[in-house]
Amino acid sequence: MQFAILFHETPTDFAHRDDDDHKDDYWASWNTYMSALREAGVEVTAGAALHGGDVATTVVSRGGDIEVQDGPYADTKEQLGGLIVVDVSSLDVALEWAKRAPCVGTGGCEVRPVLPTG
Amino acid sequence: MSHAADVAAQVARASYGRLLAILTTRTSDIAAAEDALADAFAAALRTWPERGVPTSPEAWLLVAAKRNWGKDLRHQGVQQKYAADVARLEQEWAHLDDADPLDPRLRLLFVCSHPGIAQNARVPLMLQTVLGLTAERIAQLFATSPQTMGQRLVRAKKRIRVNGIPFEMPSSSEQTARMPSVLESIYATYNVGWHQPDLVELAGEAVFLAACVVEQAPTAEALGLSALLMFCESRRHCRFDAGGRFVPLDEQDPSQWETRLTDEAFARLKQATSLRAPGRFQTEAAIQSVHARRSVDGDLNVDALIVLYDVLVQQTQAVGALVGRAAAYGRREPAVGLQLLDAIAHDRVAAHQPYWAVYAHLAQQCGHDADEAFARAIALTTDVGVVQHLQARRQG
Repeated sequence: MQFAILFHETPTDFAHRDDDDHKDDYWASWNTYMSALREAGVEVTAGAALHGGDVATTVVSRGGDIEVQDGPYADTKEQLGGLIVVDVSSLDVALEWAKRAPCVGTGGCEVRPVLPTG
Repeated sequence: MSHAADVAAQVARASYGRLLAILTTRTSDIAAAEDALADAFAAALRTWPERGVPTSPEAWLLVAAKRNWGKDLRHQGVQQKYAADVARLEQEWAHLDDADPLDPRLRLLFVCSHPGIAQNARVPLMLQTVLGLTAERIAQLFATSPQTMGQRLVRAKKRIRVNGIPFEMPSSSEQTARMPSVLESIYATYNVGWHQPDLVELAGEAVFLAACVVEQAPTAEALGLSALLMFCESRRHCRFDAGGRFVPLDEQDPSQWETRLTDEAFARLKQATSLRAPGRFQTEAAIQSVHARRSVDGDLNVDALIVLYDVLVQQTQAVGALVGRAAAYGRREPAVGLQLLDAIAHDRVAAHQPYWAVYAHLAQQCGHDADEAFARAIALTTDVGVVQHLQARRQG
């Protein structure tokens, strides 16, 4: 069964991506996580790392007019930092992997079943 | 200052936006282009006084900027991005000699008006990138702190770079969508040039940029804005007398207005209205044309002015439009003008200098006590010539 694991990160997490003092640790933690998935034989069917909400652009329709706005859809502190889609046997397995994500201690993870197509 | 330093400063003023537009075309990286250009100007100030000013200062600066491109990135070891940028720059410059009918700054203007850029960052971004104003000066103009303005600009540039917003003229439907914002930015630029004695050259730049937009896309409102700015520009030099005292529009001698500009403005306004797509800038241009007609007709057509202001306030609720309408009605009947001024929300006019100047003028004509209004109008301007004019009026 396919689940999407959505990684929500804090502004500090996002800042650590480029900051000289933290970026090595930051990226190493994600590489370790992705390697662990691979080594466990988990099938990752899709995934993407995303830039922060500060460069997001949101498109909404208000009263029939399409509006393009700068900023994320929901301007919350934590923002979607990336996501993967995994094919695992149950929600419990997906949750186990979510708990191991680097951002779980700072931001959080959201796990959602993928709607079957067709 | 030496001759070479003078030339460098002159090229900096005249070509900054052009050079930046060329540097950013293929890279989308405004911040890196600004750094490279700053280094190039610094190099010019060091080298030109010794070795003389090069025959083509702009080309020299571009080569120097290319050499400095990504200098800081190299320190961080981000080689790939640097190499890719330089490759794109080479590609761009290979085509530099090809006739490009378009002022490269026009592309920058459309980038600054991308819908993904926060509205309150668009005009500041344009003033910095297209016209080369510093973040500190822009912060002053927008009455915010340099830190706030700096962050706003940095954030806007990051959005452009990270999203890879292309520095090309957008498709024609996208041009149409961004046009209102482009025109607003040019209008705001003209206003800065009109009001800031140290930035008068911005007025001329705005007139030129509006004309460039018209060449690219002769829409009714682009033509309207171009006409409006030409009307204003034709009499900009008449706003102050030889002694530096402010001369209100009605007291100006229309024969002193530059007919080369008013003739062109009338032609553009006519072309605009023939397109049958009314808009705020065309109405404002039409209002200016009524004043300009005074040089032909002798008298001011107050009825026409009132009709046009009635149209204008349906198109924009800007304070300036509401005050202008009150002043127009006040020409016919001062008490009516005063009523219209009183009807404008108080918090919107507390710091609006023209409101208090018009208020003082109309109150005086009605025989009311105008002293407080005069005091506020005087307190809200830093222009000595305007203060002199208001003080003279205050004394009747």
